[in-house]
Amino acid sequence: MASEPLFSRRNPWFVISVSLTAALVLLVAALGMILLPYAQKDIKFAGIWDAICSAAGVPTARSASAPIEPGFKTSDVVLTSGMLSHPPAESIGRGATIALQCAICHGPSGVSQAQSPNLAGQYASVVFKQLQDFKSGARVNAVMTPFAVKLSDQDMKDVAAYYAYLPRLPGYHPASDQPQPRIVINGAPLRGIAPCGSCHGRIDNKTGSPWLEGQSAVYIRTQLEMFARGDRRNDISQQMRNVARAMTPEEIQQAADYYASQSPTGIHTTMR
Amino acid sequence: MLSNKRLVLAHFLLAFVLFGVALLLGAWQMYIRSPLHPWLSNPELYYRSLTAHGTVMGYAFPTLIAMGFGYAISQLALKQPLVGPRWAWASFFLVAGGAVVAMIPVSLGWASVLYTFYPPLIANPLFYIGVVLLVVGSWIWVALMSINLRVWKRANPGVPVPLAMFANVAGSYLWGWTAIGAALEVLLQILPVALGFKHTIDAGLSRVFFSWTLHAIVYFWLMPTYIAYYTIVPRAIGGKLYSDTMARISFILFLVVAMPIGIHHVFADPEVGAGFKFIHSAFTALVALPTLLTVFTICASVEIAGRLRGGKGIFGWLKVLPWQNPIMLAVAFSFVMLGFGGAGGLINMSYQLDTTIHNTQWITGHFHLIFGGAIVIMYFAIAYDLWPHLTGRALTDLRLMRAQLWLWFIGMIVTTFPWHWVGILGMPRRMAFFDYTSPELQPEAISVIVSAFGGFILVISGFMFLAVLARGMMTPRTQAGEYRFSVAVHPPVRVPVALNSHGLWVGLMIALTLTNYAFPIFDLAVRKDTSVPAVYVGAR
Ligand code: HEC
Ligand code: HEC
Ligand SMILES: [Cu+2]
Repeated sequence: MASEPLFSRRNPWFVISVSLTAALVLLVAALGMILLPYAQKDIKFAGIWDAICSAAGVPTARSASAPIEPGFKTSDVVLTSGMLSHPPAESIGRGATIALQCAICHGPSGVSQAQSPNLAGQYASVVFKQLQDFKSGARVNAVMTPFAVKLSDQDMKDVAAYYAYLPRLPGYHPASDQPQPRIVINGAPLRGIAPCGSCHGRIDNKTGSPWLEGQSAVYIRTQLEMFARGDRRNDISQQMRNVARAMTPEEIQQAADYYASQSPTGIHTTMR
Repeated sequence: MLSNKRLVLAHFLLAFVLFGVALLLGAWQMYIRSPLHPWLSNPELYYRSLTAHGTVMGYAFPTLIAMGFGYAISQLALKQPLVGPRWAWASFFLVAGGAVVAMIPVSLGWASVLYTFYPPLIANPLFYIGVVLLVVGSWIWVALMSINLRVWKRANPGVPVPLAMFANVAGSYLWGWTAIGAALEVLLQILPVALGFKHTIDAGLSRVFFSWTLHAIVYFWLMPTYIAYYTIVPRAIGGKLYSDTMARISFILFLVVAMPIGIHHVFADPEVGAGFKFIHSAFTALVALPTLLTVFTICASVEIAGRLRGGKGIFGWLKVLPWQNPIMLAVAFSFVMLGFGGAGGLINMSYQLDTTIHNTQWITGHFHLIFGGAIVIMYFAIAYDLWPHLTGRALTDLRLMRAQLWLWFIGMIVTTFPWHWVGILGMPRRMAFFDYTSPELQPEAISVIVSAFGGFILVISGFMFLAVLARGMMTPRTQAGEYRFSVAVHPPVRVPVALNSHGLWVGLMIALTLTNYAFPIFDLAVRKDTSVPAVYVGAR
């Protein structure tokens, strides 16, 4: 038995198993790659090779015309995690100078006394992305846009680094010990709303999601309403529009009041 | 002939301790997302637990069982001392260490990505490093099994390889090759991102790599169970194995067709072409073949036992079977669960039917029934059968053992049947909470509660199992006698070389992997536009 050759044409096991396997592969491939594509009556192929490529998953543009662009500007910023997280010291310094222009609205220490958002301690990637979006027109605000269009890429990085470096201050929104509304801690699974904290912190923090604690309730509510109406559309892949559209007006108010009452100083995110 | 008892015992003990912990987590998960408990305020805890449960139950537990059982088989079937005991211990510590390294970030909430990794979710690198250590440790075992067989063959030219060892080595080769998919995913795709060298990941390619592992890993889990069917059950119930050749053919079929079918796990993914999905679906149908062969052969073997005990008529032999014998009970339960699970699997493997249950609780119900039910109940049987030989002490409490097996069977049915049902109703899987007050979900509430109670029964049974083993440590020492595997009705005298070696079948396995996977992988690997930003879990 030991002398009996395994890989040999004289070994029937070898011949039969290899030919059976090969036949099976060919048969199944012919079915899956040729017959089945043609069985789909609504797809027209240029030829057999086209059908095979399609079944194999080679991407092709099915329509001759260019893809339909939306009638408005969408965000073209690509955010990756850890982006801008270790700025050089000069960058922060330059940012401080630029931020002088911003102080009238966003406050000298990044904490606003008007209804503009607080920026002190906001994640650098968030500030950078929002400025890019204001400049490109993906996010529109008559008051804010003119200040963003003047900034270069480097300016935006610098000012983002500066604000991220500033300590978070409690702001002017006195903290009360409100119970957490259900929409914030649990979201609404049946409406496809994840808990706010799964992106905005406390549970987890997803790149590009700002922390919201201590922002003015009016600002938060307005943003949510704008997302819901589609007046603000710079969120990548509609992350926030999908959430806001499914929220009730009461939930929007609850979330706004709740976040406004919280202090941003102790935001806890699990750290790596 | 078990000269290396402590090695085998170490594997089994660690496996069952981990199993006990993961079992508790599983029951907690069932409870926490059922209507019995208010919503968790932090869903991350749920995913943390789910990651730990899956990683232990999917990687650590079955790998340790397969390894420990493999070492036992190598010594008992080949009747030769284990070659490379130092390497075996080293691999044990790699697996154990890997499990610990992986579990640290998981328990801290740094790795709640579930055991299937789900890129672009990215966990703390230690999690993946731990899993890689575990796999590398198990590869040493693969090599040792192969070497032990080679040493034996050299000393016994022309003698048929004992079935248990033939199957054991087939299982180890299957694992060695199938683990490469996940290893490629972790090493090429995930780890560079987790370590911060890159911030984007090709999630589609990663998923295809993982599917390479994900189906055949089930057959790796299954191997000890099938080996027990063929080589323990007939002997334990006083019968004979119906056909040694049929057994060998089943195992080589597993080797060849368990691998090139994994794309049925990504039926809903757009990055793989429909043609390849069809091909994998067709090959998945083939994998029923070795299972059907096994069911036939084992039923025939059991019938032989019944007739030897004087059973007459068409069904008379069933009555006289040794039902008080835990192994008999276990194999019967295992077959029932395998039957239901396999029937459900027919839905999953079909490209079209799968869409109705894709990503629903049906899937979770399915793999718990197959793995937790049909497979794990035989792990219990293997432990019961081997324990006296490992410890030199008899397991005397047959009643407790039977009660344990009954409870596991009942618990698994009560858990998984409602689970399948709510899946058909459309309940998604991997959710930390459900709003049962909504009229849409209300009808599912009662099924979920029943299912949770099934989970509690499983916990009771699991701990009864540990109690049986623990009490077995306290009985007086006895001689367990020589360990025997089943004897075939016609013991093999001459076996064709193809059924006495694995080369041909490993070759076909690799060839089919190439035909079925090379293009989808190549296609995604060369494209530039398939990466997405990574989502770091718990990072900022
Ligand atoms: C005249 C007032 C004003 C000035 C000056 C101003 N901003 Fe703003 N800024 C606003 C208002 C109002 C908003 C909120 C816009 C909205 O409601 O959509 C805003 C929004 C922002 C946001 C988005 C915050 C978020 O969380 O989404 C950033 C970032 C920002 N400003 C940065 C700057 C920087 C940097 C400067 C200086 C270069 C600056 N702003 C100057 C009024 C101002
Ligand atoms: C899937 C992740 C995700 C979830 C869940 C989520 N958000 Fe957001 N949210 C984002 C992202 C990302 C942005 C930034 C969008 C952009 O790029 O402009 C954002 C922006 C916002 C803003 C505007 C902040 C600013 O200063 O510009 C508010 C307000 C907000 N979210 C509130 C909520 C509330 C309330 C909830 C819970 C009901 C919630 N979000 C749930 C991801 C999420
Ligand atoms: Cu599968």
